[in-house]
Amino acid sequence: MNAEELLYCDTHEWVFVSEQDGQKIATVGISAFAVEQLTDLVYMELPAVGAAVTAGEEFGEVESVKAVSPLFSPVSGTVTEVNEGLPDNLDVLNTDPYEAGWIMKVNVSEELPESLLDHATYQRQCGEAS
Amino acid sequence: MPYTYNTPAQQKEMLEAIGATSIDELFDSIPDNMKLGRALQIPSALGELELTSHMQELARQNSDITHNTCFLGAGSYDHFVPAVVDALASRGEFYTSYTPYQPEVSQGNLQVMFEYQTLICQLTGMDVSNASLYDGGSAAVEAMLMAINITRRNSRVVVLESVHPEYRQIISTYFATIGTEVVTVADSSQLPNVLDENTAAVLIQSPNFFGNIEDVAAIADQVHESGALLVCSVDPISLGLLKRPGDSGVDIVVAEGQSLGTPLLYGGPYLGIMACREEFVRRLPGRIAGQTVDQDGNRCWVLTLQTREQHIRREKATSNICTNQGLFALRAAIYLSVMGPQGMRDVADLCLQKAHYAQQQLTHLDRFETVSDLPFFKEFVIRDKQNDVAGLLEKAEDFNILAGVALGRWYPELEDCLLIAVTEKRTVHEIDQLVEVLGS
Repeated sequence: MNAEELLYCDTHEWVFVSEQDGQKIATVGISAFAVEQLTDLVYMELPAVGAAVTAGEEFGEVESVKAVSPLFSPVSGTVTEVNEGLPDNLDVLNTDPYEAGWIMKVNVSEELPESLLDHATYQRQCGEAS
Repeated sequence: MPYTYNTPAQQKEMLEAIGATSIDELFDSIPDNMKLGRALQIPSALGELELTSHMQELARQNSDITHNTCFLGAGSYDHFVPAVVDALASRGEFYTSYTPYQPEVSQGNLQVMFEYQTLICQLTGMDVSNASLYDGGSAAVEAMLMAINITRRNSRVVVLESVHPEYRQIISTYFATIGTEVVTVADSSQLPNVLDENTAAVLIQSPNFFGNIEDVAAIADQVHESGALLVCSVDPISLGLLKRPGDSGVDIVVAEGQSLGTPLLYGGPYLGIMACREEFVRRLPGRIAGQTVDQDGNRCWVLTLQTREQHIRREKATSNICTNQGLFALRAAIYLSVMGPQGMRDVADLCLQKAHYAQQQLTHLDRFETVSDLPFFKEFVIRDKQNDVAGLLEKAEDFNILAGVALGRWYPELEDCLLIAVTEKRTVHEIDQLVEVLGS
């Protein structure tokens, strides 16, 4: 996925929404900036398939040698799929956070929050933060 | 204990250094209406000689197990503590050290934690142990909270009535505030009626509060079928003989560790043991010491999985208990390493044989009967057909025998029952004397 075509949360998750069989399916991951800030990742907890997620609320967590950080969902809906292999292969997040490093897919039930940022705005915020 | 003096001249110097005029001024932030406003009504100070006599006088009022034969159990047990435990644990390096806030500087302490964890894992058959919690009761409640976190089910936990009543009380206290229902059932046969898809965990105790051994593996299957976790509170001494909980499908093991090298101490401080399967390690509260190598490749120890502890994660911490009972964990580690597998088997076997001898002798008397045919380890219940448990205990005390614990205090329907514990310390002579006194 092209990083420039994604939407971002100010909590550093990205989301890509596509139409599949009339359903809006959101693919969610964390940004390259987040991965870099977290440093060495050691653990990730995925949500359960079938779990309900809410925009702006926690759906899992990622742990580095420095800290445990919650993952916040960019969208509301039901988890349809999770990247099962990811927790055992977190290195992927360093090399390919926007494709192989996807975390979950959500069947979106509500309009996307207006607070989601486009790539340029998100990049600008990260530049100010670092 | 060192005598730390504090002379008026030193007080003045300290006050000047911080810019205060009096000690009272340091308490200015406390509103006047909350201050006592008068001198404490306590006797005036005693001289050292008088104080020593006074303390000895007070100490003489204590009743202890050096002057009595102890058949008390119910969670605290009179096991033998080898002299080496005190000799090593009282070394200044261990005895006076407070919890290390820069833990890796205290390699000796971390090594003790690591050895303790290793021994607990070997004893329980579990994959990971923490470096201990406060006591058996708080370990039980932490395990239930942990199970809620793991299963993400927070509406119900189930506890068997044969779990220590005080542990159950601690759980009720915690769970009243977090809004999780605590369902108590009489025995494991009732589990199918209460286990549902919202039940996080089942807590059992084996040997249970009445001394009986539960069918842990069968219960584990039942609990796992509903997707809940099985938490089992065990008597660590019993593991010298009984199947390890890790081999019976238990998910989280907790225990009161007092039996491992710590005297009765009038009820505490004790040692909370907690161990779990590896897949749950990130939800295991408390400190965990890990072994690694330093930059020169030498073996060393670190505190590991700290990112979930309260000093880093605050309100989202796995638990807000981050203290452990380091000194008692050390005692347990010394005890276990001195005893070894054969020693643990011998102690457990002695407890078993002596307890069964006592139970047979007592139930041969017309006055007493058993209340259960279930197998037991070192503790058992007898019913007094004359329903005078208080009278029996009083009579035994006249012979310096602490005959047992009256069960009516927690179980009104068992007010005519006595819980008797027999450890390896009891001699045949002492048991015969107990039987004679209770039967007379």
